[in-house]
Amino acid sequence: MKASEIQALLDEPACSHNTKEKSGCAKPKPGATAGGCSFDGAQIALLPIADVAHIVHGPIACAGSSWDNRGTRSSGVTLYKIGMTTDLSETDVVMGRGEKRLFHAIKQAIDSYAPKAVFIYNTCVTALIGDDVEAVCKAATERWGVPVVPVDAAGFYGTKNLGNRLAGEAMFKHVIGTAEPAPAKPRADGLPTYDVNLIGEYNIAGEFWHVAPLFDELGLRILCTLSGDARFHEVQTMHRAKVNMVVCAKALLNVARKMQDSYGQPFFEGSFYGVQDVSNALRDFARLIGDPDLIARTEVVIAREEAKAHAALEPWRARLKDKRVLLYTGGVKSWSIVSALQDLGMKVVATGTKKSTEEDKARIRELMGEDTKMIDDGSPKALLSTYHEYKADILIAGGRNLYTALKARIPFLDINQEREFGYAGYDGMTELARQLALSMESPVWAAVRKPAPWAKGVSGAVLAA
Amino acid sequence: MAEIIHSKKALAVNPLKVSQTIGASLAFLGLNRSLPLMHGSQGCTAFGKVFFVRHFREPIPLQTTAMDQVSTIMGADENIIEALRTLSEKSQPDVIGLVTTGLSETQGTDIHRSVREFRAAFPEFAHVAVVPVNTPDYVGCLESGYALAIESLIETLVPESQCAGKRPKQVNVLASAMLTPGDIEAIKEWIEIFGLRPVVVPDIADSLDGHLVEAEYSALTIGGTPRSEIEIMGESTATLVVGPSLYKAANLLKTRTGVPDYRFEGLMGLDDCDAFTQALAEISGKPVPEKIERQRAQLQDAMVDSHFMTGFARVALAADPDLLGMQTRFLLGMGAEIVSAVSPHRHESLAGLAIEKVIVGDLEDLEIAARAADAQLVIANSHAVETARRLGLPLFRAGFPQYDYVGGYARTWVGYRGSRQTLFDLANLMLSQHHELEPYRSIYWDESRNESNKGEHAREHHVIASTAAGLVH
Repeated sequence: MKASEIQALLDEPACSHNTKEKSGCAKPKPGATAGGCSFDGAQIALLPIADVAHIVHGPIACAGSSWDNRGTRSSGVTLYKIGMTTDLSETDVVMGRGEKRLFHAIKQAIDSYAPKAVFIYNTCVTALIGDDVEAVCKAATERWGVPVVPVDAAGFYGTKNLGNRLAGEAMFKHVIGTAEPAPAKPRADGLPTYDVNLIGEYNIAGEFWHVAPLFDELGLRILCTLSGDARFHEVQTMHRAKVNMVVCAKALLNVARKMQDSYGQPFFEGSFYGVQDVSNALRDFARLIGDPDLIARTEVVIAREEAKAHAALEPWRARLKDKRVLLYTGGVKSWSIVSALQDLGMKVVATGTKKSTEEDKARIRELMGEDTKMIDDGSPKALLSTYHEYKADILIAGGRNLYTALKARIPFLDINQEREFGYAGYDGMTELARQLALSMESPVWAAVRKPAPWAKGVSGAVLAA
Repeated sequence: MAEIIHSKKALAVNPLKVSQTIGASLAFLGLNRSLPLMHGSQGCTAFGKVFFVRHFREPIPLQTTAMDQVSTIMGADENIIEALRTLSEKSQPDVIGLVTTGLSETQGTDIHRSVREFRAAFPEFAHVAVVPVNTPDYVGCLESGYALAIESLIETLVPESQCAGKRPKQVNVLASAMLTPGDIEAIKEWIEIFGLRPVVVPDIADSLDGHLVEAEYSALTIGGTPRSEIEIMGESTATLVVGPSLYKAANLLKTRTGVPDYRFEGLMGLDDCDAFTQALAEISGKPVPEKIERQRAQLQDAMVDSHFMTGFARVALAADPDLLGMQTRFLLGMGAEIVSAVSPHRHESLAGLAIEKVIVGDLEDLEIAARAADAQLVIANSHAVETARRLGLPLFRAGFPQYDYVGGYARTWVGYRGSRQTLFDLANLMLSQHHELEPYRSIYWDESRNESNKGEHAREHHVIASTAAGLVH
């Protein structure tokens, strides 16, 4: 991929990060870098498409330590869970046999697993030796009659975030708009059906199934979720939706913007975490569709669900009220979680702002109060000292920090993509509350902080790092 | 003698193989105050970190030289030097393991030269040992990368010397990648009971066993073989080598130091354990302690108890070569049959196994062979959960990674006690899927034969033992 094309993606005009002084993506520093690569990001974005054969083109490292590693769930086919890689050997690399091997690999995948489509993920080594993945995909599509889509997001192009965008770009360029949806079946209740898309929702731990029934009830047909529990054909038909919702952060904003430009589809950014946010998302759909009857029915559903959710959360609220949270997530994801935590009566005493813009920070102050600590340094050491300084009761962060917390004997809630519990929707809130209480109220903390009966003066010194 | 068959597929499906880079990193995680540094893209490290964190349930120190597109083309030597400087300055490690990736190897990096340049430019960090290892991922597997790291470690940190036996009670242990923290603990106790002092290289039992320490955080490993111990391996009285993958490293150590060595392909089952015990008795000049005799007798008892369940058991086995070999010998010794053996990588030791063939391939190959041979049990890593589910068989988790089974990383397989517990677990897995015979119903029987007093049909009792999903160990 050309550097100029990568730059164009980094300059996503719909992304507020580009209009503020914080530059989107700083160059990684050798010896002091954490976080995934573009290939990782591309896989996160597309792997949930369940009926596709996902082939990683490269030597073993990329697939070998990453396959079978995602928390996304499918309601039916599970082809996406089969790990596939060309597993290039030294001779393949040295003799330039990568393209040939890829071509045969595609045939093998089609013959053994009859996929609806094949996605080919480029990696550093194949990008470096100059394998023409796009040409192989084109030839394979023609030869075998199954769509073969190149996803050119080699790891060294940049961050995970860029990989998300590259993946979205591949869908926009090669898949979206290549097929028409079947007309919606008429409803028994005679209500109209409106087609919508969700972009950036990954159905982690199946959490979207908490929300999906409400869409059915309101007459919103989810044409496609990019990409949780999605099917290839659904991605092809995304251009026919009336409204797009960008669910998680800014990662796939480029897809929504391009669809607005090309197909005139309006989009909004929202979240399904927290009672308030779920309600807002449903309202936004109704508002953008503009059917007064739908707007009215949406309010009825919201009132009903909120009442139900509040009743279910009441006992938890009493237990969680005024508990102090240290929240460390990337970028905008924190918004949605903050609102969910405030719904529970908890207090977010500090939050990560490493990827936030000035605008984001202003919103943080507005939402959480002036004295909220903003953490730019996400190192384990900095997180722990903030935790102690602000007397937090729990750390909420991605899985990378799980053992940072546990080794320091502090309660933890995992909100990353490998987690096992779904927190989305009105029902997901109860699960969130339960998991928070489960860790915070656990008797193990007192037990493991207690010195042995024969020990004297235990201190919590931090090792010189 | 096993025939080695290479899978001819263009596409690896459900890979069993993990990269050499990860293997080499694992070796450095077994050294004290150490840190593996991957020379590659930041993703190489991020994936490696997640891999280890999920397996060991521990924070894992791991860093990257963060190569991007530009440095890949224009040269990334500067990245290495800057990374080494940053880490030396910030964390003052005793050892940095500089391991390469497919990306830097394809680019054509010369890490040895970069280390020399780092030394010249930053003499103030002379006390930080840097161990460079070339581990391209288009060759080998986790185990071979780990072995390469041990070889480089010996070349870099063990001085050439001729004072073998200067420390008469000290014995070296070269520990293969197949050994878990639990295994290494057991090996250390085994050696200590003979009055000897083990220097285990690498010692993941001391760094990755999972223990809470006072310090809340460390950027380096919080245990493992101290560098000072590696430097005096030449003064040991003997070296115990566990795992054929390390025989090359053992040759190196012997050439450099002249310390005599004893080699073991594995430490499971009566024969393996007896050979090890015998060696310890010879080295220490002490009789075999009562306690060991007792453990041996317990294993013998477990063998006779469980041979009913393990005899003729048809096992499908997938693992890196050392583990595959150890498990195969152990199972064959219990009367089981290995109906499908798959290794991700060819090692010469595989040819010596007393089974028909070993496939060099992936979990799809295992699945196909297991189905064809009507296997009863799968032994493999956590990736085989779906494989086992599709086959309708129980899975006994072994090897890397085990991310869905708490404590799997710490399980003790080796020694008399480890072997005994493994037998119990194997036997139970076989019992759990024992098929009862379908009852025969005579044509002369009356309908009322199975009726209760109330006139209802008694609940039918024949058990079709479940071979369905979920029956995984």
